[in-house]
Amino acid sequence: MAYSDVIPSLRSRALVSESRHLLFTVAPGAFWIFVFLVLPSAYLMGVAFMTTGPYGLPEMPLSVESFRRLAGFGFLGWSPGNLYTLLRSLWQTLVSTALVVVIAYPIAYYITTCREKWRPIMLLLVVVPSWTNQVIRTFGWMNLLAPGTPLANLAESVGLIDPNMGLYPSNFAVTLGLVYNFLPFMVLPLYAAFEKLDTAQVQAAQDLYASPVRAFWHAVFPQTLPGLLAGTVLVAIPAFGMYVIPELLGGGKGMMLGNLVANQFAGSANWPLGAAGAILMLIATFIGLFAMRRVGKRLGGGEEVVI
Amino acid sequence: MTPSTMAPDTGTRKPDTAHVRDIDKSSVREASSIELQGLHKRFGKTTIALDGVDLTIEAGEFFTLLGPSGCGKTTLLRILAGLEEPDAGRLKIGGRDITDTPPHKRSVNTVFQSYALFPHLSVRDNLAFGLRMRGMPLERRNAKVAEIAEFIQLGDLVERRVDQLSGGQRQRIALARALVCEPDVLLLDEPLSALDAGLRSQLQVELLRVQKRLGMTFIFVTHDQQEAMVMSDRIAVLDSGIIQQVGPPRDVYERPVNAFVARFMGHDNLYRITARGEGGRLSTELGELHCESPGAGELLLVRPETLDLLPGEQPGKNRLLATVGERLYRGSHAEYRLDIGGTSLQATVNNRGRHLPEVGERVTVAVAAEDLVTLGQ
Repeated sequence: MAYSDVIPSLRSRALVSESRHLLFTVAPGAFWIFVFLVLPSAYLMGVAFMTTGPYGLPEMPLSVESFRRLAGFGFLGWSPGNLYTLLRSLWQTLVSTALVVVIAYPIAYYITTCREKWRPIMLLLVVVPSWTNQVIRTFGWMNLLAPGTPLANLAESVGLIDPNMGLYPSNFAVTLGLVYNFLPFMVLPLYAAFEKLDTAQVQAAQDLYASPVRAFWHAVFPQTLPGLLAGTVLVAIPAFGMYVIPELLGGGKGMMLGNLVANQFAGSANWPLGAAGAILMLIATFIGLFAMRRVGKRLGGGEEVVI
Repeated sequence: MTPSTMAPDTGTRKPDTAHVRDIDKSSVREASSIELQGLHKRFGKTTIALDGVDLTIEAGEFFTLLGPSGCGKTTLLRILAGLEEPDAGRLKIGGRDITDTPPHKRSVNTVFQSYALFPHLSVRDNLAFGLRMRGMPLERRNAKVAEIAEFIQLGDLVERRVDQLSGGQRQRIALARALVCEPDVLLLDEPLSALDAGLRSQLQVELLRVQKRLGMTFIFVTHDQQEAMVMSDRIAVLDSGIIQQVGPPRDVYERPVNAFVARFMGHDNLYRITARGEGGRLSTELGELHCESPGAGELLLVRPETLDLLPGEQPGKNRLLATVGERLYRGSHAEYRLDIGGTSLQATVNNRGRHLPEVGERVTVAVAAEDLVTLGQ
C-alpha cells in the first residue's frame, strides 16, 4: 500500500505536481513546433488553395488552379515542363544518394580501421568542408568545371563534351555538387554503425565458411543498415529540395523542384503555385520517409531503424 | 582416444565390415589429428607470440593450451582457425597441409571468447549460419538446427534475438553454432571465462560430456589451471611463445618439468638443491631429504598435500622439525604455513577429525621419498 492510498491529499498533490511538471517540460517544444511548423504549414496550405491575384499574391476565392498549373495545365494546354522538373528532382536525388552511398561506405569503413587516435582527425577532415558556406563551395565548383579548366579540357579531349562547353552548367555538375555536398551526412552515421561492429563477428563468419565477400554481405552489411538508412534520410531529403546547387550549377535545363518553388515566390511571382510546389515536395518527402521506414523495418528484423 | 561414434557397430556385421570399419576409423582419425611444425609468429618487430611450436594432437583428444595472458595460446588457436598466418612453420590437419588454406575452407570451427554471435540474426539463423554458408538446403538445415538446439537444451529459444539471452545461454548458442557444422576440430577460446563460478563448473561438465559423446577433437584455451586439469586429456603449458611441457593433467601437475610450470600449476614449495649425496640424498634450503628418483634439475618440489604433520618432535629420515606459522582452516582440510629454520613450507592436511596443530606448536613434517620431484629452473 502506498502513502497516496492512505492520505488522499498527497495523491492529488502528486497529480498536480506531475501535470505542472509536464507543462514545463513539454510546453516550450510544443510552442516552438506550433509557431514555426504548424502555423507556417497551415498558411502554406491556405495559400496553395487560393487564386493568383495581380502581382502574384494570393487572393480569394479558394481553388485548385495552382495544382492544375503545377501538373502542367496552362493557358496553352498541357506542357510537360513541371513534370520534367519533378522527375529530374527525383532522378538527381536517386543518383546522387546512390553515389554518396558508394563513396561513403568505404570511407567510413576505412576510418574505423585506422588507429584510434587518428579517427577523430579523419572524421574532422570529412566534416570540415561543410563548415564553409554552401554557396561559396558551389562557386568553387563553377570555377573548376568552367570551360578551359583542366577538368573541362580533359572531358573535352576524351570527347565527353563539345568544345568550349565546359562541364557546367549541366545535370552532371548538379549531381557532382550534390554528392560533394552531402557526403559527410552519409559518412558519419555509417562510421557510427561500423564502429559498433565487433570484428570478432567478421572472423566468426569466416570461421563459419563464409568467403570474405559473403562474410561482408551476411555479417557486416546487415549491421550497417541502420546507419545506411539514417544517412539516406539525411542525404535524400535535403537533396530532393535542394535550391542552391541546381541554381548555380544546373542552368535552365538542370532545374529542380526547389528552384521551381523559389521562382514562383521571386521572379515569376505566383505565390499559390509556389505553395502548391512546396506541398508537393512535402508529400513526396513523406512518401519517401514512409517507404524507408517500411524497408528499414523489414531489413532490421522488426526493429525501428529509421527515425 | 578412439572416437566413440564408431563403437556401436563393433562385431555385429559380416566379415568384410571389419575392413570397412578400419577405413572409417582411420579416416576419422586422419581427418581430425593435428600436426604443428615449427610455428613462429611475431607481431610488429618485437612482440614474439610463438617461438617454434611443435605439437601433435590426436584425433578425439580434449587438448588444452594453458598459460598466462600473452603466452601465445590464443595466437596458436587463431593460426589453427586460419584467422592468423604463421610467419614460419607448417600446420597439418588429418595429414593435409592447410597452412595456406583460408579460414572459410577449413573444417575447423571456433567458439570465440566474446561468443561473436550475430546480433542482427535470430538464434536459429545464428545456428544455421555455417550450414547456410556451406550451401546446405533449407530443410536439412532446419532439421539440423532443431536437433542441435535440442541437444544443448535451448530448443525453445530459437526464435529469440541474441540480445534477449543470458550469458550462459549465449555461451551454449556459440558452442552449438560451431558444433552443428560437425567440424574435424573444434577450437574453444576461453569460452567459459565470462561466466560466474557456478555456471562455469556446470558448463565445464557439459562441455566435457559433449566432447566425449561426439568424439570430436577439442582444442581448448584457458589460463585457469584448475579448469585445464578437469577437462583435458592432455595439457600443453605455454610461456612466451614456447611450449614448456605437454602431458596428461597428472603429469603436468605432479611432475612439472620446470619452475614456470610448477608455479603456474599452483606450486609454491620450490627449494634450491645445494648438494647431492648417495642414494638420492639432497641437501636443500629445508634440510636433508631423500628423493626416490632425483633428476638433474636444481630445484626440489614438495607438494603440500603429500606432507604429513606429526605432533611434537619425532626426528627421522625424510622428517623435518617445524613450527606452525599460520593455519587456515577450510573445513575439509587445513592449510599450514610452517617455519623450518627460517624457510617457509606450505602443507595441506585433510581434516579427519584428528588433532590439527595450532599456531606456534612444534610439529614434525614427514614426506615420502617417492613424492619428491626435482625439476629444472
